[in-house]
Amino acid sequence: MSRITLRVNGTSRTVDVDPATPLLFVLSDDLQLNGPKFGCGLGQCGCCTVIIKGQAVRSCITPVSTVGGAEITTLEGLGTPERPHPIQQAFIDEQAVQCGFCLSGVVLTAKAFLDRNPKADETQIRQAMSGVLCRCGANARMLKAITRYARGGKA
Amino acid sequence: MNRRTFLAQSGALVVSFGAARAAVQFGLEPAVAAQRLNGASSRDLDGWIAIKADGSITAFTGKCELGHGLYTAQTQLIAEELCVPFNRVTLIQCDTALTPDQGTTSGAQSHPTNFNNADLALAGATAREALLSIAAQRLGVPAGQLSVKDGVVSVASDASKRVSYGELIGGRRFDLTLNPNARRKPPAEWTVLGTPVPRVEIPAMATGRFEYVHNVRVPGMLHGAVVRPPFANPSLTAVDARSVEGMPGVVQVVVKKEFVGVVAEKPWQAIQAARQLKARWAVGAPLEPHQNLHERLRSQTPTRDTRTVDSGDVDAALGSAANVVRATYLYPYQMHGSVGTACAVADVQGEKATIWAASQAVWPLRSSTAQVLGLRPEDVHVIFRQGPGCYGINGADTVAYDAALLSQAVGKPVRVQLTRSDEMAWENYGVACLIDQRAAVDRSGTIVAWDHESWIPSRGGRPGANAPGNLVTGTLAGFAPAAFQARSPAPAPTTFANNSNAVPSYVTGTVNGRAGGTGTIASQRVLTHGLRSAFFTGPLRSPERLQNTFAHESFIDEIAAELRVDPVEYRLRHLRDPRLIAVVTAAAKAANWTSRPSPRPSIPRAGVSSGRGMSCVLYEGDNGYCAMVAEVDVNQDTGAVTVRRLVIANDSGPISNPDGLRNQLEGGALQGVSRTLLEEVTWDDQKITSVDWRTYKPLYLDAAIPRIEIVLLNRPDMPACGAGETSVTVTAGALANAIFDATGARLRQVPFTPARVQAALASRRL
Repeated sequence: MSRITLRVNGTSRTVDVDPATPLLFVLSDDLQLNGPKFGCGLGQCGCCTVIIKGQAVRSCITPVSTVGGAEITTLEGLGTPERPHPIQQAFIDEQAVQCGFCLSGVVLTAKAFLDRNPKADETQIRQAMSGVLCRCGANARMLKAITRYARGGKA
Repeated sequence: MNRRTFLAQSGALVVSFGAARAAVQFGLEPAVAAQRLNGASSRDLDGWIAIKADGSITAFTGKCELGHGLYTAQTQLIAEELCVPFNRVTLIQCDTALTPDQGTTSGAQSHPTNFNNADLALAGATAREALLSIAAQRLGVPAGQLSVKDGVVSVASDASKRVSYGELIGGRRFDLTLNPNARRKPPAEWTVLGTPVPRVEIPAMATGRFEYVHNVRVPGMLHGAVVRPPFANPSLTAVDARSVEGMPGVVQVVVKKEFVGVVAEKPWQAIQAARQLKARWAVGAPLEPHQNLHERLRSQTPTRDTRTVDSGDVDAALGSAANVVRATYLYPYQMHGSVGTACAVADVQGEKATIWAASQAVWPLRSSTAQVLGLRPEDVHVIFRQGPGCYGINGADTVAYDAALLSQAVGKPVRVQLTRSDEMAWENYGVACLIDQRAAVDRSGTIVAWDHESWIPSRGGRPGANAPGNLVTGTLAGFAPAAFQARSPAPAPTTFANNSNAVPSYVTGTVNGRAGGTGTIASQRVLTHGLRSAFFTGPLRSPERLQNTFAHESFIDEIAAELRVDPVEYRLRHLRDPRLIAVVTAAAKAANWTSRPSPRPSIPRAGVSSGRGMSCVLYEGDNGYCAMVAEVDVNQDTGAVTVRRLVIANDSGPISNPDGLRNQLEGGALQGVSRTLLEEVTWDDQKITSVDWRTYKPLYLDAAIPRIEIVLLNRPDMPACGAGETSVTVTAGALANAIFDATGARLRQVPFTPARVQAALASRRL
């Protein structure tokens, strides 16, 4: 076990864990965050996605020891139900959700991509979502919500 | 918290009731009642609705949110019936200490059950009439002179005479049974129901606050991981607990018969210990090779045979027909493959247990978990918490047993979340099947007889109240799957029921002189052979209905093509149900369908060719009408199919929430595309080999998806039907028919992989 200090959603948090522990378990268990989720543990679906240094990162295959000191943003770090981030607002406006379990992957992958590629067209956005899985088939609404956000919140 | 405490704290007082008591009211044995899909429900109004002193309303439902918008729709229903704003209603769902027993939330039965003149809707109507009646006494005018708005009853002619719900009943019981004659609010007067109210949970979900079952945290909670057998037909020979001795955080190795698990302080520790634990298993009988699956089904014994319809003259009609058309259709095992693996939290303390689970069936789960733990059902409390989309029985119930067994062993609360491979290798798959179709066609080109024979393997399924062995954990813990009961030949049908859509839409469905079907063909036989499956199976979104509809809707198209008739026109020629005709016509119109036979004229020999296909169904024979037109591009060089456009017409009776309905139809259609083009469970001679998203690859978010256009046929004059499984049921047929239209190649085996498309292209007749 070792003490590791993380910066999560703007707050410093120190945990005492096995340094090989995937970041996901530290976020969801030690820090009791609901946003990042275990979907596959293999980096294949996106449910565990967080943003680190502007990149969408799969926290289920990222050892916690490798992210000490970096700013980590989870889905709850973007906005609140009362004051959602514009991309979260776009998902609310488009009702682009069925079960909602995949949203960390969908929202954070899209945000990280659009922050770097603000002028991306719909095809580029879709390609950027290549490793992200929604099993409910809400794809059409999700892509619409992402495009709405990319265009400044207007559909 | 029990119901009494909950309601005391929430300011309303309601007596609790149990399944057994409710069952007795219905004159049923409790065990029988608990097995019924729709549960024993409750006739006690106070079991459904409580009104607090401030006029706010708490409603209790036994049908849960699965990501399909039902929580919001049920809240709309209660707000509507009680004439209050949407946000004044709080809905409590699926908690065995709090809510009515409505059995399982499945089979698109929530709308039929709760939105017609029974159960939740009837409770709302009964409560409104009761409040009006009390108000009439209080205000000294006949109830007919009263009106209600926002939970305030006033005299129509003198609005100063008014009284609120809170003043009328706040915090007190109704002491009434549901009134079967209570008048529902007519759809023409709806202001909340029937409108696109945004889903209640979405802001919390989109901002990462929503509490799924995965986020339930109980003080002192430990974490468990299970060790599933590495083979499909295993037997456990030894577990060496010393192999994990000294690993950090490990609390206990748990073995119960063949169930093996590890409890640790943290989730990662539990997963690592389960990986390291040395458990030895003997390899059982080898599995039949995957590629031989369908070939074997036809000769497999024993069988359980069912005739759904049989006019008795099919063989004669086939023997004397001008033309007999034949085709065989194959469907693979497929997975629920929920995006998150299943999770549950259990706290078993001595004789009492509390389970948090994403089960679609909290009341049956309560009974079957009690059996697994050796407790009394009344000492088990199951609380529903939402999980990832489940589409049938995913791992939510089996993982509840896992958590319960581990918690019982250590005497502390335990959370278990399955690994991806443990869930995929051992879930209750959607069934594979083989379907033979034969049709007799007369000289005018009309179908005069339809013969359907199918072979469908199954094992286990929903555990109901008393068959925990229907799930992997129950089997490992020593309970057998429900016994296979051979029966051959099939008895004659006694009543018409088309729950599995085994009966095609084009026959009369006549049983005992009554025509229950939607079509015109009088000579008909539908024979199903149930078989033993090597793998666990269970309901997967549109169980058997999807498979059968793929076969029926492909076959009608094949016949139309052989006769050189437009496939929409040919369907309409054999349909008589006006609502099914209406959705077919509406979808064709919205798609700008031009009448001509399939395949299309002048198909290019190579490169991309485009086509369109139709498919339709009356889901479950009585529970929602849907027709779909698919437009596809087929790359004839690679065999790749791209779905360009899906036009869906749907009639599920009165629409509760048009946006929620659209969301369901869209999602069902895309799930249908994924399953039709991509999904198939595979295995080798010992084990399942579809164990992650590389070996079972569905549609990802980068896939080119079709434009989806939806025509909603609102039928406020009709009973409410289900809508969660209509579009998924018709998708495979629509795609097969569109591919045929584009290329002249007929795909009769799902999934339509590029290799299968290329094989069909190679054998086409052009």
